[in-house]
Amino acid sequence: MKVTSYHTTTDIPPIFNQTSSERVATIISRYPTGKEKSALIPILHLAQDEFGGWLSPSTMDYVASLLNLKPIEVYEVASFYSMFNLRPVGKYVLEVCHTGPCSLNGSDDIIQFLKNKLNINAGETTPDGMFTLKTVECLASCGTAPMMQIGKHYHEKLTPASITQLLDDLRAKHPNA
Amino acid sequence: MLDMGQQLLLKNINVPGIQSLEVYEAQGGYQSLRKALSSMKPEQVTEEVKLSGLRGRGGAGFPTGMKWTFLDRKSGKPIYLVCNADESEPGTFKDRFLLEHIPHLLIEGMIISSYAIGAHKAYIYMRGEFAWIFPILEKALDEAYKAGYLGENILGSGFSLDLYAHPGAGAYICGEETALLESLEGNRGNPRLKPPYFPAVMGLYDCPTVVNNVESLAAIVPVLELGGEKYASIGIGKSTGTKLISASGHINNPGVYEIELGLPVEEFIFSDQYCGGIPRGKKLKAVIAGGSSVPILPTALILNKANGEPRLMSYESLADGGFQTGTMLGSGGFVVMDETTCIVRNLWTLARFYHHESCGQCSPCREGTGWMEKVLYRIEHGLGKKSDIDLLIDVAKKIEGKTICPLGEAAAWPVSSAILHFREEFEYHVQFPEKILNPKHFEFEPFVSQKKEVSLS
Repeated sequence: MKVTSYHTTTDIPPIFNQTSSERVATIISRYPTGKEKSALIPILHLAQDEFGGWLSPSTMDYVASLLNLKPIEVYEVASFYSMFNLRPVGKYVLEVCHTGPCSLNGSDDIIQFLKNKLNINAGETTPDGMFTLKTVECLASCGTAPMMQIGKHYHEKLTPASITQLLDDLRAKHPNA
Repeated sequence: MLDMGQQLLLKNINVPGIQSLEVYEAQGGYQSLRKALSSMKPEQVTEEVKLSGLRGRGGAGFPTGMKWTFLDRKSGKPIYLVCNADESEPGTFKDRFLLEHIPHLLIEGMIISSYAIGAHKAYIYMRGEFAWIFPILEKALDEAYKAGYLGENILGSGFSLDLYAHPGAGAYICGEETALLESLEGNRGNPRLKPPYFPAVMGLYDCPTVVNNVESLAAIVPVLELGGEKYASIGIGKSTGTKLISASGHINNPGVYEIELGLPVEEFIFSDQYCGGIPRGKKLKAVIAGGSSVPILPTALILNKANGEPRLMSYESLADGGFQTGTMLGSGGFVVMDETTCIVRNLWTLARFYHHESCGQCSPCREGTGWMEKVLYRIEHGLGKKSDIDLLIDVAKKIEGKTICPLGEAAAWPVSSAILHFREEFEYHVQFPEKILNPKHFEFEPFVSQKKEVSLS
C-alpha cells in the first residue's frame, strides 16, 4: 500500500490494557538485552488487534515509545509487511488468496462472487463497516483451495454456499450494525 | 528400504491428541532427546546427522549436518538456532501441517539440534498468517518447559535452552534466511549481503546462527531414533530418508504426503495412495514439482526423464537434464495441472506473486518482476505482441544472477521454463486474442500442441 502521509487522522493516543501490557513485557523478555527491537513485530500485531484492526499513526508512535524507538523505525517496518493495515478496515477483513494453486481451483470465481455479494471491489470496505475485501498472495493452503483468511482463521474449500453461510453468521453476531 | 507407505515424521499423525505432550510421549516422543542428552556428546549428534545424509527440506537441499559444521565457534559469541517456519512458497503447505498437528516433533528436533550446535536460545520464526497455530505452539512450548525438556539443566544434563515462537507479518521474502534474521531483529525483511553476512558467522544479532527449515529440524528426531546410517539407507542415493510433499492443483486427493525419496512420479500422481489421479477424467498437462519457483515441466518430461527412464521423486532424478529437460525437488510443493489449464494465466498469477513479494532492494528484481507481471497480463488479456515473448525471456535473464538473494531466480525460472516448454501456447495468445477473451479459455477446448511429442523410445 502506498502511504503518502501518516498524520491524516485525529485519533486518540491508545494505551494497552493490563493484560496486553503484561503480554508486552513477556514478549520483550524473550530477546537479549539491548535487542528489544526484535519485539516490534509481535507488539505491532498485538496493537493492531487491540486498537481497531489497523495501525494508526498514534498507535505506531505509542509502540515506538514502548520500545524506545523513533517513530520512523516503526513506520518503515509496519509499511513493509502485508498483514499490517495502515488505513482503517472493516470489522472483518476477507483476504482471498489468488496465487497459482488457488487460481487453478477457482479463486477468481470466488473473488467475483464476493465482489457481487458485497457490492465492493477488492481493497474496499462495505458502507456499514462490516467487511473489507482484499486479495492476497499464497497463504499455504493450496491443498484446500480456494480459501480466504478472516482474522486469525482460515476458511478453506470455499463455495458460494459456504461463503453465504459464513457472511450471514458474521453479520448475525452484530445485529445492530 | 521402507515400505512406501511407512512413515517417519507422520507415523503418529492420526493418533488422537498427538498435539499434546502426554500423547506424544506415550507414542515414544522425546526418546531421541533423552538418548542424545544421556549418551551422546554434541559432536556425536552432529556426526549422526552428517551420516544420515539429511538435506535441507526448505528447498535448497543443502546437507543439514554440513551446515552445522560451518558455525564459527571461535568468536566466543552466543550461538543461535532459528527455525524457518515462514512457509510461503506457492504450492507448499507441509510445515504448516507439522506445526499444526504435531508441534512437539519440531520442538524435540530443535532441542536436540540446539544441543548439537551449542545454542542456548532458539526461535521459531513462523509466518504471521498462521495466527491460530501460535496458541498451539505456545501451549506445546509451555508443556515442554513444565516437563523439564526446556529451560535450565534439561533432564539433569547440564544443558539449558530457551525456545520461543516469533511471528512474521506477511512477507514471502522472510523465508530467505538473511531476510528472516533481519525481520527477527525487528526490521524490514531485506536480505543481507553474503559476505559478510553468512548466518553461520554473522547471523542473528551478528552472532553465529543456524537457520533450518521446520521439516529438517523435525527429521532430526527419526535420524537419532534410527541412527544416521539406518536413516541413510532409506531413500535413494544421495536423496536419503523421507520427504513431505504437499500436493495441490488438479488431483483427486490434495494434501500432505510423506514419501520415501525415490518414489516414481507417475505412481505419486496416479496411485490412490497418493494424489489419486486427475479429476473429471481430464488429461495431465504439466506439473510444478517443487514449489512455484522451480521450472514447470510438461507431462512427457515430468513422468520420464529425457532419456526415457522413469522420473523419480528425488533431488537427483527431478534435476536430471538441468533446466532444459529437468526441474527441482525444491520444497516439495507439487502442483498438478490438467489439460484445461492455461499456462500463461497460471504464470501471470505467479509473476504477480513475485512482483508483490520483491523487497525492492535490488533494481533488477524490483523492476523486472513488475515488467514480467505487466507483459504477462497483456498477453493473457489479448493485448500481447509477438515480440513480448522474447521480451519476457530477456527480462528474466536480466534478473537471474543479478540480485542479492535468490528471489530473483525464483521469479525468473518459472517464466523462462514456461516459455521453453509451452512457447506455442504464448504464441497462440498473441495470434488469436479473440479466442482467449473468456478467462477460462481452455476449459471447454483444451489447447493442443502442434509440436511433435518428445520421443520416449
